[in-house]
Amino acid sequence: MTGMALLLAFVTAFFIPGIIGAVKAKSCGRKAPSLIQPMFDIFRLLKKGSVYSNSTSFIFQIAPIVYFATIFLGLFFLPFGAEKGIFGFTSDFIFLAYLLAIGKFFMILSAIDTASPFEGMGANREAFYSMLIEPVFFTIMGSLALVAQPPSLGNLYANAGALSDTPYLSWMIIVFIIYILFNIALVENSRLPVDDPKTHLELTMVHEVMVLDNSGFDLGLIQAANALKFALYGGLIANFFLSPEFHLITNVAIFLGMGVLFAIAIGLSESFRARNKMKKNSLYIVLMFSLAVLIFFLILAMNSKFILT
Amino acid sequence: MMNTHIYVENNKAIEIKKIPTLNYDEFYNIAVELLPKEEVHCVNYFGFPYGEKLKFICAFADDKEHKIALLSYEFENKNVKDLNLKSLTETFPAMHIFEREINENFGIMFQGHPWLKPIRFPHNRYDKKLQISQYPFYQIESEQLHEVGVGPIHAGVIEPGHFRFICNGENVLSLEIQLGWQHRGIENLFLKNENWLGRNLLAENIAGDTAIGHASTFASAIESLAGIKISKRLKIERMIALELERIATNTGDMSALCTDIAYQLGAAVFGILRTPIVNFTQRWCGNRLGKGMIRIGGTHYPLTPELRRELHEVLKKYKKKFLEMAHQCYHLVSLQDRFDDIGTLTKKQVRLIGAVGMAARMAGLPRDIRKSHPSGGYEFVNYEPITLESGDVFARFLLRSKEIQESLKLIENIISNDSVFAETDDMFEVDKPLTIQKDSFVLSLTEGWRGEICHTAITDNKGDLLFYKIKDPSLHNWKALELSLRNLEISDFPINNKSYNLSYAGNDL
Repeated sequence: MTGMALLLAFVTAFFIPGIIGAVKAKSCGRKAPSLIQPMFDIFRLLKKGSVYSNSTSFIFQIAPIVYFATIFLGLFFLPFGAEKGIFGFTSDFIFLAYLLAIGKFFMILSAIDTASPFEGMGANREAFYSMLIEPVFFTIMGSLALVAQPPSLGNLYANAGALSDTPYLSWMIIVFIIYILFNIALVENSRLPVDDPKTHLELTMVHEVMVLDNSGFDLGLIQAANALKFALYGGLIANFFLSPEFHLITNVAIFLGMGVLFAIAIGLSESFRARNKMKKNSLYIVLMFSLAVLIFFLILAMNSKFILT
Repeated sequence: MMNTHIYVENNKAIEIKKIPTLNYDEFYNIAVELLPKEEVHCVNYFGFPYGEKLKFICAFADDKEHKIALLSYEFENKNVKDLNLKSLTETFPAMHIFEREINENFGIMFQGHPWLKPIRFPHNRYDKKLQISQYPFYQIESEQLHEVGVGPIHAGVIEPGHFRFICNGENVLSLEIQLGWQHRGIENLFLKNENWLGRNLLAENIAGDTAIGHASTFASAIESLAGIKISKRLKIERMIALELERIATNTGDMSALCTDIAYQLGAAVFGILRTPIVNFTQRWCGNRLGKGMIRIGGTHYPLTPELRRELHEVLKKYKKKFLEMAHQCYHLVSLQDRFDDIGTLTKKQVRLIGAVGMAARMAGLPRDIRKSHPSGGYEFVNYEPITLESGDVFARFLLRSKEIQESLKLIENIISNDSVFAETDDMFEVDKPLTIQKDSFVLSLTEGWRGEICHTAITDNKGDLLFYKIKDPSLHNWKALELSLRNLEISDFPINNKSYNLSYAGNDL
């Protein structure tokens, strides 16, 4: 059953953008579009050819493919509860993080390649926020790795229940970890409050402005990759709730259910608030980092690896 | 003293001979005497060919005395290109735009003006070699700075305008706004079009979002020149139309501001709320923006008892939902955080640049024609302008909400009074031939939703238009947007722009 997580991630990726859109539409009294409308849009784009500006180089042309490929490959590392994914080895979460970073790096390069002042600005912001969010991810994974040997993604989840002596306390910590992972997902997928995926104002965009010059097939790939990225982070959260003691079907239901909940949570969190000032975004991400560090020390202390005197 | 300038009231035609003609130095001295007073600001200052001469008329509105001072000076037409006059802008920056316009049209130099840049590149400009593509932008040479140019073609259905930012990273050091792309020569069209109905239609199309504002200013000016006395009922109906326009646009702007900060609920609800208001305007006159409603001397669309009853219902429903949503907004932390302390202008700044309307009131400068120079329906109500102190984006958001509530109160009070709507006499006498006073001058001020609209009409010795001058409040207020952006992040530009919501067409004419 090693491919189960990959398969389920595809299923959730298919619906997550649609569910987010539907929740947002419902919450402000509008009629919701079909749940798979975003997928129709992606297929429509994939059928088209792309237009390239004369001033861009091959970087601009390969970037969407690299971006898609890295995220696609990243899903191979997604474990299914305690079971490792198709790939899995010691410290594979570091590999996963930098795999995603390669994709982002190419997208940033391609944005700069267009020589548009808007895209340069967006690339600059994206690089800055990615730089800030990286330590948050590693601190969270590192905290889990304190009790999991060897630290591979599958093992992290298998030992999540053993974060402290009492399961209740472990679950309290896991709730915080999920909260931080959720926020990482918001930043990485360029959602509110850091970015506004629906805005039409280039000067306020972060991620969208970087893909303004992409069209047709390339744009379709980028959007498909974004949907997969949602599924990846949704999967990282869902895995906490799976257990080897449950029946396989129960686990599958939990995984998919968490994917839906994840999408609904994003939709709701975007419906009733305004986005941050650009200046405040870094503060917001650093706040996540400080929470992550707090959890790290908490786990250290509880496992007597760190003695408070 | 009395022979140097003359005081007139809003919408009162006088013979043009009665405006004393001075020489430029006398004019300059009187202007310097009048302008430092806080209640005085320049509403219009322009030149026009008058026989063999170029005549210049400058109007200073005195908000305390409820009067407008008119000053005039003349030059021989052939001498103007050698002129080098002392600039008023040096002491009173608010005059900068008028002197730029005079320079662009006639080539007169103003000594001491910081930079006589062209405004709108009209076809009959003085220096035809100067093209819109060679606009002299302000530049700073530095390795660390970069320029971002936005427009004149934008993503989305927006009017054309070019914004040039000089940025240090994310921070804006300077923003320069270059307009003129929308220039249609509308002032000249007023003279070419000899049909009064045609001119009336032109007035409705000066700025599409202020159709009622501009049309009613035009109608009042011409009625004053033609000596038509309109009934109290018609005056009140025009006022109601103007206030409905104010409610509708301000609601739309609040929705747009919420859109720009990704506050979906506010964007959706305010957007929905605008619709019943504009739909009522459509039911009333057949057009959602109120085109066709205002005609010289009368109206085709009286506000019947059924319409009044409907309006009452529409506003009652609107008010309940609007107050609920506005309340939500005031208590939403993320919205407050996004709007507070962004694009702040002080009272001193708005006074210096001569901001009018909401751009003045949001920083504590109580400039409101409804109070200071009331005409039409506003003669019968005692309107008190609302001012706020903070001068930031939130102040402009809040001011919109407060003005909407004030307009609602005003309309509700007046439509419940049946005696006002009893008169029916001259209401339908539209499009009858007009007898216009010869050699006359009239200045008409109206507080549109954006701010003061000023139309000036001058007639010749045959009783037809000799010159027609339009001033949209945006002409003053674009400067406020430029100043707001200083030392702000470039990503804050869209909400600042939306919070002013200025007119490109009104500026470009």
